Amino acid sequence: MSTTTTEAARARPSAAPRRVAEHIVEIVSDSGEGAQKAGQTYGAVSAKMGNGVWTVEIIPAEIKPPARSRAGASGIRVRVGSEAVTNTGDEADLVVALNEQVLYGRIEQKAYRPGTIVLLENKWATDPRDDVREAYAKALGEFRALGLDVREVPLEEACQKVAQDVRVGKNMFVLGMLCYITSRDLDKAFEEVAFVFKKKGEQVIRKNQDLIRAGHAFGAETLELRYEIPPRKVDRAQLVLNGNQATALGVMAAGIEMVAMYPITPATSVSHHLAGAFQNVGGVVHQAEDEIAAMGFAVGASYAGKTACTVTSGPGLALKTEFLGLAVMAEVPLVMVLVQRGGPSTGLPTKVEQGDLLASLYGQPGDTPKIVIAPATIEECLHFVVTARKLAEAFRTPVMLLTDANLATGVQPIPRPEVDADWLSPPLDQTPWQKGVTAYDWDEDTGLSPRPIPGQAGGEYVLTGLAHTRLAKVAYDPHSNQTGCAMRSRKLAVLRESLKPPVVNGDRHGDLLVVGWGSTLGSIEEAVARARKDGLSVSSLHLRFLSPLEPGLKEIFRRFRQVMTIEINYSDAVDAPHTGEHRRIAQLAQVLRTHTLMDIDCWSNVAGQPIAPRAIHDELVRRLQKNGGNR
Amino acid sequence: MFGLKDDWELDVPDRYFSLEDYEGGTARWCPGCGDLAVLTAVQRICRDEQLPPERTVCVSGIGCSSRFPHYMKTYGFHGLHGRALPVACGIKSRRPELKIFVATGDGDCCSIGAGHWVHAVRYNMDMVVMLFDNAIYGLTKKQTSPTTPIGLSTNTHPRGAWLPPLNPVAATLGFANVSFVAQTVDWNPAHLYATLKVAYDHKGLSFVRILQRCPTYTKDVFTELQKDPSQLLLLTGGDSPTLDAQSAKMFPNQQAHDSRDLEAARRVADQTAPLPIGVLFRDPARPCYEDFTTVGLGMSPADKLKGLEREFDKFAV
Ligand SMILES: Cc1ncc(C[n+]2csc(CCOP(=O)(O)OP(=O)(O)O)c2C)c(N)n1
Ligand code: SF4
Ligand SMILES: [Mg+2]
Repeated sequence: MSTTTTEAARARPSAAPRRVAEHIVEIVSDSGEGAQKAGQTYGAVSAKMGNGVWTVEIIPAEIKPPARSRAGASGIRVRVGSEAVTNTGDEADLVVALNEQVLYGRIEQKAYRPGTIVLLENKWATDPRDDVREAYAKALGEFRALGLDVREVPLEEACQKVAQDVRVGKNMFVLGMLCYITSRDLDKAFEEVAFVFKKKGEQVIRKNQDLIRAGHAFGAETLELRYEIPPRKVDRAQLVLNGNQATALGVMAAGIEMVAMYPITPATSVSHHLAGAFQNVGGVVHQAEDEIAAMGFAVGASYAGKTACTVTSGPGLALKTEFLGLAVMAEVPLVMVLVQRGGPSTGLPTKVEQGDLLASLYGQPGDTPKIVIAPATIEECLHFVVTARKLAEAFRTPVMLLTDANLATGVQPIPRPEVDADWLSPPLDQTPWQKGVTAYDWDEDTGLSPRPIPGQAGGEYVLTGLAHTRLAKVAYDPHSNQTGCAMRSRKLAVLRESLKPPVVNGDRHGDLLVVGWGSTLGSIEEAVARARKDGLSVSSLHLRFLSPLEPGLKEIFRRFRQVMTIEINYSDAVDAPHTGEHRRIAQLAQVLRTHTLMDIDCWSNVAGQPIAPRAIHDELVRRLQKNGGNR
Repeated sequence: MFGLKDDWELDVPDRYFSLEDYEGGTARWCPGCGDLAVLTAVQRICRDEQLPPERTVCVSGIGCSSRFPHYMKTYGFHGLHGRALPVACGIKSRRPELKIFVATGDGDCCSIGAGHWVHAVRYNMDMVVMLFDNAIYGLTKKQTSPTTPIGLSTNTHPRGAWLPPLNPVAATLGFANVSFVAQTVDWNPAHLYATLKVAYDHKGLSFVRILQRCPTYTKDVFTELQKDPSQLLLLTGGDSPTLDAQSAKMFPNQQAHDSRDLEAARRVADQTAPLPIGVLFRDPARPCYEDFTTVGLGMSPADKLKGLEREFDKFAV
């Protein structure tokens, strides 16, 4: 069939595309085959067309896994919808696989369902190596037995007709084919490719565009497969980016001048992005010798009146702990971005977890009240940095911003922010310090105080991590430390009073309230919407402020028969041996129990995967059928 | 926003600062502690250089010697044990006009903060780093430090320190991009002052090891050196300070030393009897990190906004 000419394909009446509200596609391959670039371009084209998009990379566990290995699955998943898409979704509808082995890894991660269409490169069927042919045949049988709709396609053979080096060209060919299958706008794909390869020159751009065209034609000629995902109307300009890029832009939009960091997955790419761009907005990245030094550098810059930020992940947080305590104690404004990964210890460096909430809230010796906020969307990754910086300065305190690997790597279109010049860093105040005002001139009622900055004559003081008085003088007497701690605690109480109670998604009373935080927002709300459609009485609530907690929680929780958190961190299974009522529960649940004295349950795991809407939906159904049906 | 006002240049032509303007309260070191001599020397330098106190920052870690900033009437940062250098570098990174003195102990710098020591020397940011080397942990009451002489009895090694001590000047001369290393003693005010003064004048990180007496815990460690000046070797010529004739006369051992010659500096640094004092090494041409970290400093909000929109454009669809 690959001998059919393009002309013939054009002549062939193509079946009307099937309209779907959303579509999930994966491209999986060995690493280095360009699947991610193809998928990103596909996502960008879809976003340009006005579709909702969520793109997430499939990253192999090793840097250079051997070819055709199960653990080596590298690639990308793109979920495209008519409406906004907020998470990676459930099982894929369509998979393009460049070899059969990589599919095993994804099957294990429950990425597919019976009926998922697999377009599988068929060159392995005729591979000169016996073991390869056998493995291929065996896999084919196993996949079909699982109910996957496997269709063998001669991708390489077809691609060879237009490309000298298929190894580097196949991804664009696949992109073209996908554009055909889901009725993507080819011109937009050409534009996107021209943009991506701008630096490589005209010839490269043209070559890639030819490949896309060929892939598109190949789809038209050979595949009985066509969908349409009608886009919505987008009225605002969009940016397509991942959470770490959004965070980096947020750093710039917040007027932060200094980011001190030490490389750590999955936080590093924030600084990669900044390293190139930061100086265009007057900022600089300092790669320190370790996380302790990074934190010290940022604290020093902030002490000197500059807006500073540090970016890290779990193990780095552990090292920054002592400085974090100092920043709280000495009231140094600072933004600390924590891109959470799986723990404990080195844990799961590339995988998602929300396991650092308690470490952030309580992980420093002594009482260390600080502001902790968690963006729930990629858009919030950007805007929350701006908020964090304002809070840090207004409350003279470090602010921690907790994202995670899921937000860090998910790619989504977001409305282009309209930046206020007000967000950018104001010039240093170097006017003389007001006479009679002390270095910690705490307002008894609010705990707030103005901050002298080097250069301000008359404001000279010695910042110290020792207990100190309003004059910043070291004091070991019983009264001074009590006062200092109370003042720092009071600032949080004041901030809480200024917050609004969170908005409940769904009815404001019912059988079950799900409480989440961070990157699970999209999945939780999607699952809750489905459950409500099924007639279940369930609502959800998503917290952005973890310290101080948003007000009114107790009143909201009281209106539900059950309240549970859904989190990506560890809790003992309900039936785990030896636990009983001492079962260890998830982190937000612990915090909420302490805060409300209510019986709050949890459902959580540490599988290192974003929790899919279906998994949440199943859990909601299970709970409500078990406990909720006998009202 | 946040109570911050426009940039405002200090414009007071006729301020004269006396020693008192740098004196921040009574120092609470033990009687006879060498730290006091260093404090006095630094206050004199500030006065002689007429450094505005508000533009001078003393940064320290934790230890007896790290109490230093509290006794200065400048801005100060008394931070964490071992972490003075990252803080000082962070301050300097975006405020290059501030004058910085760092006070750090032998435990603070050469033990818990050793990683930062290596890298701060390499960053070579303009500041004076004073290593108060009393060969002991003073504040925590007599534990072995990396510079404790072998065999000296301490509370953690009551039968005597097991290992030979680390040589801070020799070590520093091994770090990449080192630009200034000097050695002096707290009990010779003329040499101490003059050495700190050339350190202050050097642009880059000036590392000065100061042998510092701790009568409370290492009473005898420096006694011989102090009593018998022939155990010291006064480096002359090169970048070393020139002492007045009378002060110079006190050193029977003197040696002309080319402080621009790193190999020679390393040879001299390895020498402990007699112990060299003066400037061992100086290279004014080494790159300073603040020349890089100050990029974009003072960019106008309007230009920042323009730059930001261009960054957004890169993600626009
Ligand atoms: C993280 C940490 N570990 C330990 C200490 C306890 N501590 C305070 S000062 C000090 C050693 C001080 O020795 P040195 O740096 O030589 O300063 P000196 O007191 O001799 O001037 C130690 C171990 C601390 N404050 N912080
Ligand atoms: S213990 Fe030693 S170093 Fe500390 S103040 Fe006393 S004499 Fe000085
Ligand atoms: Mg010491």
